[in-house]
Amino acid sequence: MAPVSQSVAPDAFGPAVALSCRECGARTPLAPNFACAECFGPLEVAYELPAGDPEGLRKQIENGPNNIWRYAPLLPVSPDVAERPSLNPGLTKLVKADNLARELGVTGSLYVKDDSGNPTHSFKDRVVAIAVEAARTFGFTTLSCSSTGNLAGAVTAAAARTGLRACVFIPHDLEAGKVVMAAIYGGDVVGIEGNYDDVNRFCSELIGDPSGEGWGFVNVNLRPYYGEGSKTLAYEICEQLGWRLPDQLVIPIASGSQLTKIDKGLKELIALGLVEDKPYRIFGAQAEGCSPVSAAYKAGHDVVRPQKPNTIAKSLAIGNPADGVYVLDIVRRTGGAVEDVTDEQVVDAIRLLARTEGIFAETAGGVTVGVLRKLIESGQLDPAAETVVLNTGDGLKTLEAVADAARPTAVIRPTLDSFREAGLA
Amino acid sequence: MSVNVRIPTILRTYTGGSAEVSAEGATLAEVIKDLESNHAGISARLLDDNGKLRRFVNIYVNEDDVRFAEGLETATPDGAGVSIIPAVAGGC
Repeated sequence: MAPVSQSVAPDAFGPAVALSCRECGARTPLAPNFACAECFGPLEVAYELPAGDPEGLRKQIENGPNNIWRYAPLLPVSPDVAERPSLNPGLTKLVKADNLARELGVTGSLYVKDDSGNPTHSFKDRVVAIAVEAARTFGFTTLSCSSTGNLAGAVTAAAARTGLRACVFIPHDLEAGKVVMAAIYGGDVVGIEGNYDDVNRFCSELIGDPSGEGWGFVNVNLRPYYGEGSKTLAYEICEQLGWRLPDQLVIPIASGSQLTKIDKGLKELIALGLVEDKPYRIFGAQAEGCSPVSAAYKAGHDVVRPQKPNTIAKSLAIGNPADGVYVLDIVRRTGGAVEDVTDEQVVDAIRLLARTEGIFAETAGGVTVGVLRKLIESGQLDPAAETVVLNTGDGLKTLEAVADAARPTAVIRPTLDSFREAGLA
Repeated sequence: MSVNVRIPTILRTYTGGSAEVSAEGATLAEVIKDLESNHAGISARLLDDNGKLRRFVNIYVNEDDVRFAEGLETATPDGAGVSIIPAVAGGC
């Protein structure tokens, strides 16, 4: 699609210099394109990063704002990005999870990167913030997306803050909390009768249609920019560890974009000399009811066969994951693995994390913690090494998943006798 | 048998800018062959050197992803809608 605005300021994308195809390497100018004209492969942002002065760059970052814009020199955004309206996500807590570590038999350090602390309570605020910058630069007036729920809320909220119109598309049967979160910020929320893959297909067709003219779909035609937001998870984890790489990371997989961009971010930090180079292992986590990447990993395949999702982890329910093949490459390259857990294990893991660390994760967080436990039990993940597990969203958004498992201990009359009779004294 | 094929933006250079074209064929393979005869070059964008569907191309016959059906051998009944979509959108 041709950009609405043809004139783009030279530094509008900061250190980004082009879009390049992950498959064939063909380069094209920075534009709202997402698929390679040569081979249909995904386009990603290519940079000329500020090399040569790691100490100066580290100081610049440390003196930057307390949100993702401190990493502006490494992102496809203008150097003055922090001065514009934004939800300003990021710098979420890296929680040292000693109680969880004890429970799981982890003897090395265990951390939870808790991205439920973002403005709309999921990691999606990171990626949307970058996409919004691209949308404004290209002159789009409507911000849109296909979403499993979290993204829809992140888009409508960001549109509200930045003065863009929002129209987002979700499967019609999402959790009530996510629908409310998407609709409360205004704009149009459209339920599609189908699953996420159907919604995604619809949006891809809308982009090529005149009725989608002037629309920036954050995860379709702005996807190369959007995806880069997930690099900030890698930057933050390393900075919060004192500019060090962790030994192991456990990351959820839906499309696989987040996992691939975290790996990209870690590689950039090494290349720039911001962290010391050492091996790290990346593990991917899926729910059994939507585990196309895990199935491919276990079968030794390098292609991913799509599945029809059926899991309570709806934010990960992408049956045809666009970046699945790259996830396979990365986990094999780094000596990690992909594992999956049942819905029952997801609920158990949500309760475990809440009980041990006071963190209420959404189902995707139950998937990563559940997979962490499974990987330790199977010996695939080293319990003596330093591990970071991601929680990408807030449990309040997926109350239905745990409602039956989290009930009052007792209901009593307001008397001491009643309290004692209930065995609670 | 005639089907209606929806063309994504990045392939419209082959169809003179048309978003929809008609094609003949009883299976998807035949439809692509027919597309190639009228819009030279388009087949190589959809199929790799071994004649298999490229991994970043999704094709739907009516509502169904052909990867869940018979792939290139999926039947394309008269009047069917065929959609070609780049497989690079998605969530986290």
